[in-house]
Amino acid sequence: MRGVATVLAVLAVIGLGYWAYHQNIMTQHSVREVTRLQNEIGIRRERLSVLHAEWAYLNRPDRLRELADLNFERLGLIPMSPAHFGNLHQVPYPVLPDRQIRQAGIENAFTPQGLP
Amino acid sequence: MTPRAPLRPLTRILKARESGENPDANRRDHLHRQHEAMRDRMHQGANARLLVLAVCFLAAFCIVGFRMSILAASKPEEPRVATSGPAILSTRADIVDRDGRVLATNLVTNSLYAHPHGIVDPAAAARGLARIFPDLEEEALLRRLTSGARFIWLRRYISPEQEQLVHDLGEPGLLFGPREMRLYPNGALASHILGGAGFGQEAVNAAEIIGVAGVEAWFDDTLRDPVRDGAPLALSIDLSVQAAVEQVLASVMVIMNVRGASAVLMDVHTGEIRAMASLPDFDPNARPLPIAEGDQADSPLFNRAVQGVYEFGSVFKVFTVAQALQEGLVNPATWIDTMEPLQINGFSISDFRSHGPRQSVTEVMVHSSNIGTARIARMIGAERQQHFLERLGFFRPTLVEMAEGPLARPLLPRRWGDLATMTISYGHGLSTSPLHLAAGYASVVNGGTLIRPTLLRQDGPQNGERIVSATVSRQIRGMLRAAVTEGTARLGDVPGYAVGGKTGSADKPRSTGGYYEDRVLSTFASVFPVHAPRYVLVVTLDEPEIVALGEVRRTAGWTAVPVAAEVIRRAAPLLGLRPEIAAYQVSAALE
Repeated sequence: MRGVATVLAVLAVIGLGYWAYHQNIMTQHSVREVTRLQNEIGIRRERLSVLHAEWAYLNRPDRLRELADLNFERLGLIPMSPAHFGNLHQVPYPVLPDRQIRQAGIENAFTPQGLP
Repeated sequence: MTPRAPLRPLTRILKARESGENPDANRRDHLHRQHEAMRDRMHQGANARLLVLAVCFLAAFCIVGFRMSILAASKPEEPRVATSGPAILSTRADIVDRDGRVLATNLVTNSLYAHPHGIVDPAAAARGLARIFPDLEEEALLRRLTSGARFIWLRRYISPEQEQLVHDLGEPGLLFGPREMRLYPNGALASHILGGAGFGQEAVNAAEIIGVAGVEAWFDDTLRDPVRDGAPLALSIDLSVQAAVEQVLASVMVIMNVRGASAVLMDVHTGEIRAMASLPDFDPNARPLPIAEGDQADSPLFNRAVQGVYEFGSVFKVFTVAQALQEGLVNPATWIDTMEPLQINGFSISDFRSHGPRQSVTEVMVHSSNIGTARIARMIGAERQQHFLERLGFFRPTLVEMAEGPLARPLLPRRWGDLATMTISYGHGLSTSPLHLAAGYASVVNGGTLIRPTLLRQDGPQNGERIVSATVSRQIRGMLRAAVTEGTARLGDVPGYAVGGKTGSADKPRSTGGYYEDRVLSTFASVFPVHAPRYVLVVTLDEPEIVALGEVRRTAGWTAVPVAAEVIRRAAPLLGLRPEIAAYQVSAALE
């Protein structure tokens, strides 16, 4: 009886020791991974700030104005003026497909009777 | 453990009796020995416990000491696992406009320095560097590289392309240090507001960026504060409006041969400066040096809208009339005698053009009559005029958040007598900045509450101290509108925006005393839309000249007014203001 208890206790110690060691290794691995990810985040953030700066530089009003002038033929962009405001009913809305069909005079296009 | 001896050991007693001894003495002796043995055992137990306790304490102290020595000997380390949230990217926060568009940001670059003792071929290095950086001279560089110095700075910051070229030289003595560089991606846009930044304390591996002017200098500590955690500073400026205003002013600089031009566009309720421009300007990425000789006001660094103090002329009449209305001295229909030049202390006040022997207060404003305004000022008196102008903020620098703000101190007359009261009533004798003027106009036309100009984005109206009543504010707006529809500022009307405004053409004072005949400062202070005021625009042109209808024109009606109208035409749609007349016309045409 006593011998069995001793053997079980020894086995438990070995098992727990292995488990603790394994957890330790796993933790170290995670910490290394976190460090690597944080370095990567830092690098990405730096890159992002550079991209933000480049985006702002490319969108500077002087350059946009030059581009608008260069492409005037194609785009016809001019500075916004009071005359560019309009009313909602001036906007030509596209006609919806079912309305088009109704206008064409085939009411029951989607019913089986309408099919040839 | 020994088996316990019986208390009355009969055998021993019998034995003692047999041998003739006293059994009682024997028993006492036995008990004594037993007690001694017990005491010894307890003693031993106590000793053992004390020992265990001592060992425990020793172990605890050892652990504490061990841990302390480890902490003392190890390098500090950041907690790696527990960090989250946005890390601080750069040492200085970005500056953005009201919609978050970047006005100033940081860029990571490198600085270039040399260890001359590590340079293999100084001649080749000097030649290569002179080729990469055209402003470095080869001979001077070679002299410095061979001078025996241990360390030489070559460039504060270099671009990635230049870095690659220097790498390609393959010289081990040329080294790079990481640098953060302040970048203004929009170039000269809003340059006077932003100011610029330079390097403070410098070391090989880092350098601090400090603001040298404008917003950068005023908010230097705030921008560098780590507590902000990189949150950008949002200004009240609108980048697209600022660009439109600067573009209009730039074309005016050419067309009208102007020495300098400035414009301030301000929200009348919040005091937010939506755009503020001063030409000539500069590129804050390469801030020029202050000019060594001549007038500092001619330097591109000079911010005319904030630093420049000028006598604005007739635009000041608004404040005189507003005060007279507020104090009940006149109403818009009161007749004012404008018959003949007003003589005071041997000084004659006359009008640019006569408009009859008497005019109503509204007509005085519309026709910009100096005589009429001077007469109204005489009703008010010097003391009350001073008090009113002081409450409007014309006696102290504006509290705008720029390094130059507190330096722009208005120039007051040395003696504020009757003559000064009259000349100041139409804008001569008191010099203020265009920003002061814009804030004063905003305070009078917004319904009558004081406005403090600000460059930071605000959440709501300022609701400042009351200056004039809402009724007076409405009457003043009516007069400003009349000046545009039938007065001196007819060219300022922008269909749909109901512009109201007052012109001012002031002869420029000579540095030697007196005034120039042919040099004017032409100003138009306007508000739009008049019926529900939203914005105040002050345009100031320094020495404009334009030939119109066969004459050289210098007055504001021909110079500043059309410029302001163009600014409003361009800026108002960008500010989201819907033109009102145009909408009626469109719907009328459709019906």
